[in-house]
Amino acid sequence: MCRYDEFDHAFVAERVDQFRGQVARRVAGDLSEDEFKPLRLMNGLYLQLHAYMLRVAIPYGTLSATQMRMLAHIARTYDRGYGHFTTRQNIQYNWPALADVPDILDDLASVEMHAIQTSGNCIRNTTADPLAGVAADEIEDPRVYAEIIRQWSTLHPEFSFLPRKFKIAVTGAPNDRAVTRGHDIGLRMHRDLQGNPSFEVMVGGGQGRTPILAKTIRNFLPVEHLLSYLEAILRVYNQLGRRDNIYKARIKILVQSEGEAAFAEQVEAEWQQIHNNAPGALDLPEAERNRIAAYFAPHGYADLPKQSPILDAALDTDPAFAAWVESNVQGHKQPGYAIATISLKPHGGIPGDASAGQMDAVADLAERYGFDEIRITYKQNLVLPDVPKADLHTVWQELVDLGLGTANAGRISDIIACPGLDYCNLANARSIPIAQRISERFTDLQREREIGDLSLNISGCINACAHHHVANIGILGVDKKGVEYYQITLGGVADENAAIGAVIGPAFEEHQIADAVETIVDVYLNERETDERFIETYQRVGPQPFKEKLYATD
Amino acid sequence: MSIPIPKTIKKTQITTAQAVTANRLSDGAVVYLTDQNTWSAEIDDCQIVNDQGVAENFLSLTQELSGGLSGGDQVVGTYLFKVQLDGGRALPLSRREIIRTTGPSISFGATAAPKQPQI
Repeated sequence: MCRYDEFDHAFVAERVDQFRGQVARRVAGDLSEDEFKPLRLMNGLYLQLHAYMLRVAIPYGTLSATQMRMLAHIARTYDRGYGHFTTRQNIQYNWPALADVPDILDDLASVEMHAIQTSGNCIRNTTADPLAGVAADEIEDPRVYAEIIRQWSTLHPEFSFLPRKFKIAVTGAPNDRAVTRGHDIGLRMHRDLQGNPSFEVMVGGGQGRTPILAKTIRNFLPVEHLLSYLEAILRVYNQLGRRDNIYKARIKILVQSEGEAAFAEQVEAEWQQIHNNAPGALDLPEAERNRIAAYFAPHGYADLPKQSPILDAALDTDPAFAAWVESNVQGHKQPGYAIATISLKPHGGIPGDASAGQMDAVADLAERYGFDEIRITYKQNLVLPDVPKADLHTVWQELVDLGLGTANAGRISDIIACPGLDYCNLANARSIPIAQRISERFTDLQREREIGDLSLNISGCINACAHHHVANIGILGVDKKGVEYYQITLGGVADENAAIGAVIGPAFEEHQIADAVETIVDVYLNERETDERFIETYQRVGPQPFKEKLYATD
Repeated sequence: MSIPIPKTIKKTQITTAQAVTANRLSDGAVVYLTDQNTWSAEIDDCQIVNDQGVAENFLSLTQELSGGLSGGDQVVGTYLFKVQLDGGRALPLSRREIIRTTGPSISFGATAAPKQPQI
């Protein structure tokens, strides 16, 4: 895990002190709200429907047990005993008092965390594959590059006031678990023709009212040129991106209006100019990459056999555990170890929420069974990335006691949901109760297993924070004359085969939406061929069978 | 806190009843402007305005005045919202304002009790 250097410590401490003064001046009436608002947003503090909301960055989704305990402490001390993990590897607190926020930021700084660049028109928290460093399919650990981007982008003077917010995601594996095509810049690692690690650079992805998948503008970017190339992209965006219309300000609109090829040409020209003006100045020397990579060096894994008799015996005798292993446990690159997903989607629960007690308990588990590390996923779940196979049964039993043992990772009740109208100032409709209602329909784990892998995301407005456009089943809440309606899209995909879903038909009322999802599932089960996943069936049969059942008139 | 709103503002067209709301600066809590021109966390205390012109003047004066307040009386983001009257009580019309009045429609934090999985 990366550690702050002296600069980082001093910088974060200085920012907290500045914000403490800004809060004091606001409360004293020396700053107006118009003057204060951009300052609080620069520190991740939003004002929502009922209260402030503080968004805290979890760089590349990696936490130590100590950091997780601090998040629990903040939830318990300053909030209402819980936090909400988001798709972009942040945690949000829904009820902090303004006067407490400087103290919260101080506490975060004590464990090398902050809320800087979690809001505003800047480069946001760079996200990464939550299985970084442990996935069997990985070429290189993407956190090394995410950390380099973090250092480069933090308070970058040229990119602190972009036309609009800017999100970057990095994966070091060909299998995409970071939704790279859904970001302003997506970086996916491949080996080039000589076998060297290099990045496929994708630009102009995003959700919102205009969902667009990022376009590849370079297939193989040598890793040493990462920063100069990013700088070139950001410069073109900064120069040409629209500032006159917030709805057309994201880079996806620029790429679309310029055309993919023309945009790529401009980036290449800018990149050449960067090289000409200061040859090599932004190159990443191998020694520096290695220095940062050392922070993410593999743990001191024990030399364990590939098979664990203890695990095998538990799988034979405990079907509930076997079901959890089937859905929530993935292969690890190190023999004898496994990657365990902790579902934050108990049936009927709030997607992504964890209590302070649960956070503390997960920190304990990470210390005892997982080299002190926890990951936050795009799916709003947690991961223990390094569990010895022999300990999996014990870990699961403890998770069940904590209400965290649901065997549904990747299944239909593993729903991504934004806070929606229950909290969010921008929302038009509620997301959480809809997620709860749908997940309650699928409490029978046998049925969930039968349905298999299926993503279902619910957004409470067109801003699409829950990425409903790239879900197999996407649900968008809309307001029609004061009544909540829910529009369904089918066919979205968030992985390396990313696709935008298509609207299936007229929206449903709140009381109809869970039935509509059941209908979609029934059509799928009826139409599917052996071992076909939902998305494969949908891509084969198209929307018509779903439409016919959903809008049958009899 | 008292906000000196003029009592005599020229009446224009009659529209739906409205009230003024905001978020309290100190904690973001939802507050309503009262008959005494103070802020209250209870919607039952809100001052109801039936005249659109009065309401708009009312709002702009409130916004102007709230900018100069200090301490615990400060509010952020004042605006008008529509209400209906039920036995003299103001009930917000939109889902958004209902949720602002009553809080999240879901149990959260310690009060949330998700079901255990059925195996």
